[in-house]
Amino acid sequence: MDFTLSKEHEMARALFKEFAEKEVKPLAQEVDETETFPRETVEKMAKLGFLGIPVPKEYGGQGCDPLTYVMCVEELSKVCGTTGVIVSAHTSLCCDPIMTYGTEEQKQKYLVPLAKGEKLGAFGLTEPGAGTDAQGQQTKAVLDGDEWVLNGSKCFITNGKEADVYVIFAITGMVEKRGRMAKEISAFIVEKGTPGFTFGTKEKKMGIRGSSTYELIFTDCRIPKDNLLGQKGKGFNIAMHTLDGGRIGIASQALGLAEGALETTVAYVKERKQFGKSISGFQNTQFQLADMATKVEAAQLLVYKAAMAKATQKVYSVEAAKAKLYAAETAMEVTTKAVQLHGGYGYIREYDVERMMRDAKITEIYEGTSEVQRMVISGAMLK
Amino acid sequence: MKIVVCIKQVPDTKGGVKFNPDGTLDRGAMLTIMNPDDKAGLEAALRLKDQYGAEVTVVTMGLPKAEEVLREAMAMGADKGILVTDRVLGGADTWATSTTLAGAIRNLDYDIIITGRQAIDGDTAQVGPQISEHLGIPVISYAQNIKIEGDSVIVERQFEDRYHVLKAKMPCLITALSELNEPRYMTPGGIFDAYKKEITVWGRADLKDVDDANLGLQGSPTKIAKASDKVRKGAGEKVTLDPDESVSYIVDKLKVKHVI
Amino acid sequence: MNLEEYKGVYIFAQQVDNEISSIAFELLGKAKDLAKDLNTEVTAVLIGSGVKGLADQLAEYGADKVIVVDDPELKDYRTEPYAHALSSVIEKYKPEIMLVGATAIGRDLGPRVSARVATGLTADCTVLEIGDFPLQAVPGQEQLHNQLLMTRPAFGGNTIATIACPYNRPQMATVRPGVMQKIAPVKGAKAVVEEFNPGFTPDNKYVEILDIVKAVTETVDIMDAKILVSGGRGVGSPENFKILEDLAEVLGGTVSCSRAVVDSGWKPKDLQVGQTGKTVRPNVYFAIGISGAIQHVAGMEESDIIIAINKDADAPIFDVADYGVVGDLNKIVPKLTEALKAEIAAAK
Repeated sequence: MDFTLSKEHEMARALFKEFAEKEVKPLAQEVDETETFPRETVEKMAKLGFLGIPVPKEYGGQGCDPLTYVMCVEELSKVCGTTGVIVSAHTSLCCDPIMTYGTEEQKQKYLVPLAKGEKLGAFGLTEPGAGTDAQGQQTKAVLDGDEWVLNGSKCFITNGKEADVYVIFAITGMVEKRGRMAKEISAFIVEKGTPGFTFGTKEKKMGIRGSSTYELIFTDCRIPKDNLLGQKGKGFNIAMHTLDGGRIGIASQALGLAEGALETTVAYVKERKQFGKSISGFQNTQFQLADMATKVEAAQLLVYKAAMAKATQKVYSVEAAKAKLYAAETAMEVTTKAVQLHGGYGYIREYDVERMMRDAKITEIYEGTSEVQRMVISGAMLK
Repeated sequence: MKIVVCIKQVPDTKGGVKFNPDGTLDRGAMLTIMNPDDKAGLEAALRLKDQYGAEVTVVTMGLPKAEEVLREAMAMGADKGILVTDRVLGGADTWATSTTLAGAIRNLDYDIIITGRQAIDGDTAQVGPQISEHLGIPVISYAQNIKIEGDSVIVERQFEDRYHVLKAKMPCLITALSELNEPRYMTPGGIFDAYKKEITVWGRADLKDVDDANLGLQGSPTKIAKASDKVRKGAGEKVTLDPDESVSYIVDKLKVKHVI
Repeated sequence: MNLEEYKGVYIFAQQVDNEISSIAFELLGKAKDLAKDLNTEVTAVLIGSGVKGLADQLAEYGADKVIVVDDPELKDYRTEPYAHALSSVIEKYKPEIMLVGATAIGRDLGPRVSARVATGLTADCTVLEIGDFPLQAVPGQEQLHNQLLMTRPAFGGNTIATIACPYNRPQMATVRPGVMQKIAPVKGAKAVVEEFNPGFTPDNKYVEILDIVKAVTETVDIMDAKILVSGGRGVGSPENFKILEDLAEVLGGTVSCSRAVVDSGWKPKDLQVGQTGKTVRPNVYFAIGISGAIQHVAGMEESDIIIAINKDADAPIFDVADYGVVGDLNKIVPKLTEALKAEIAAAK
């Protein structure tokens, strides 16, 4: 077992870090304060291939492994949680299912521009009545001639309105499952601008405030028959498998937030003086930092392990769940401690840790709450 | 068109500076980056490649570890990398460095050689012009804007209060300023590709038309008599006064120091 | 190379548009000191077209002798003919020391010439003195006397190195402008003037000047400023830099800033002081609302006088400031500007 990164990965990290420091960090405060989607940053990332890192080169991507992608989200999130989730939602939740389940035509039409960053992607599963319980779906798709007709709505959709391509889940019928009638769910690719596809209100959030979160509304929205993604009725499996990958992305975001808060705090406690000495000289500070650093590294190992599992295994649900659970809870704990170590300044918006703490909270909630992750992990143990 | 770009791996001054007992830099002990002016030179070459089509070869002289900057350059878009490394080349001053690089470049076809104006470790700005002298080609230092016209380059050459628009016949050497451009980033895929490519490694024996007497520490005319960390000056006075008193305090100090 | 043959302290007397650059006089000032220690003479090398008449000025500032290379090919600075002129002078007259200004011309000419005459060159020196090499006698190594010891900062000012060129001649250095003192000119002083023309035959190394565009930029280079009024994030807004500009104007200074200010888009990058910006060493550096991160300090700690104004008494800038004032810059700076205005008016 070898915990050292390859030179390629080290250099990729240096690239992401430099980009994050130079292009993302200077905007992080403003993006949060004004709740502005960082469109220019997305364009810059597109040019550098950051929006197609794990997509093979023949589909316009960079042909890198999941670990490289994870490090990208991690480094971006160190300085800006918003930018991290934009890349994560686009890559894990939109590129990935099209890569895995799409036909060659769908890949050429949608994956290539997505991976090149010419288009941005999003994923619509959650509904007002169907969060953790994906079976609570209400959105329906009915085949009418050569077209599917979608009706219903999706909520809390990351990259909503900003994205061009949406992977959408809808009920396509009822099937008998163990003697009971259950909803049959299918996945579809829907383009922005399709008649009948509109956006509801923009959500005002506690954190990741530059990320665009919208309600998607489908009213007799007709899409080509060929835009069914994967087999009819396999939507639930596609959603769950996609979320396994998505959770690794969110775990990377959480990891980055924790690391960013820790780095900021280490710099701060060295500079800040109280009672005539630097607060890094106090044992409380030292012990807090030691705990924070240990948990951050543990989170990193779990996240990287999950990324490696995605590269080598067909199923990696448990690895992804553990990585997300631990990284998200670590992010919350470390950012909270970071605010505490900053004292009054930590509560002021001018200081980055204030934003990081707000950004961290969502990582315990979206793409499967911490409770869902515990269900996945224990479920596999008790099978 | 063939372009050779000389790049150098330099210590990142953020990481602190360390010395060997003989006063030369302990490069192995410091974090490193591609020298900023060289990166601007590489970017200039890559833009010429984008615009006119060119093969860009990057050359560096240094420890085996300097391979990293070649990989970085290739991840940005350079086609080939050459590492000049040999124990006997160590401890070189600008004269011996330029002799070595000229010896390496003599093996290559080139229309344009680009170097950074200066490296952040030495700040000498000497190696580029010295290489051009050894190779007997024109040099244009402090380049701002580079265009190709037939068999010539047209370059804006910066001075303190003006610039000259110069036309030089190729082959020629151009030294680039970091203000020249904003170097592109690598791409993630480019990094992995760069590590798949071969890097040519040359030692002393591969240098063309070079006398041993002009290489390495022995071949360096300049010798370090003393090197040290700069002594940082300590804190001066610090006062907390009301605004009017603060103003008088500063005005008094400026008077005492004959500033006003 | 017979080192004994090389005599005299020479300087390259840079002229632009047939006007001698200040650096030439500074080099003469230093050369006079060095020549005194070596008991030799100071020679200025004047290169250009129609420049002979400038020789007297060089005499007034301390040249004992002026070698004039005057040729139409030398009208405007071009590397090759100038390098040919200077290296021909070196080959013929064999100077012991050759000083060149570390200007945009000198830092191009110096290395080209040093490579041609096969000697060492030390760049951007700030201290020049005559001494022994090695500095202390070392068993088994001959200690040479009367060597030029050239001291220069490296690593953006993080280190200082003293360099000798013991076995090659001339000992060549480029010298940072603004560091060496010129002497008070001696009116009517005369130097021995000698004309020398090595002959100029244009070849592939001669570049063609298509155009000369003067005064490239409107903004003052902060590296040249004698007084810098530098603002940090604590200034609060781009608009509020007005109070710094007013202060700078009264003192004939220039406004600069910290990285945070550039990152916030308040000021352009060419005004940034620090590791990733410019290294400055003005006579007076005002650090206003700048906390003083090490990266910033690395770019300004060489300043002669550092005055810091910051509301945070623990700001690290106070660790390098000569005069630190803890207080509100918004209250202090405008009043300081008014007070200085009054002082300067009274002094007139």
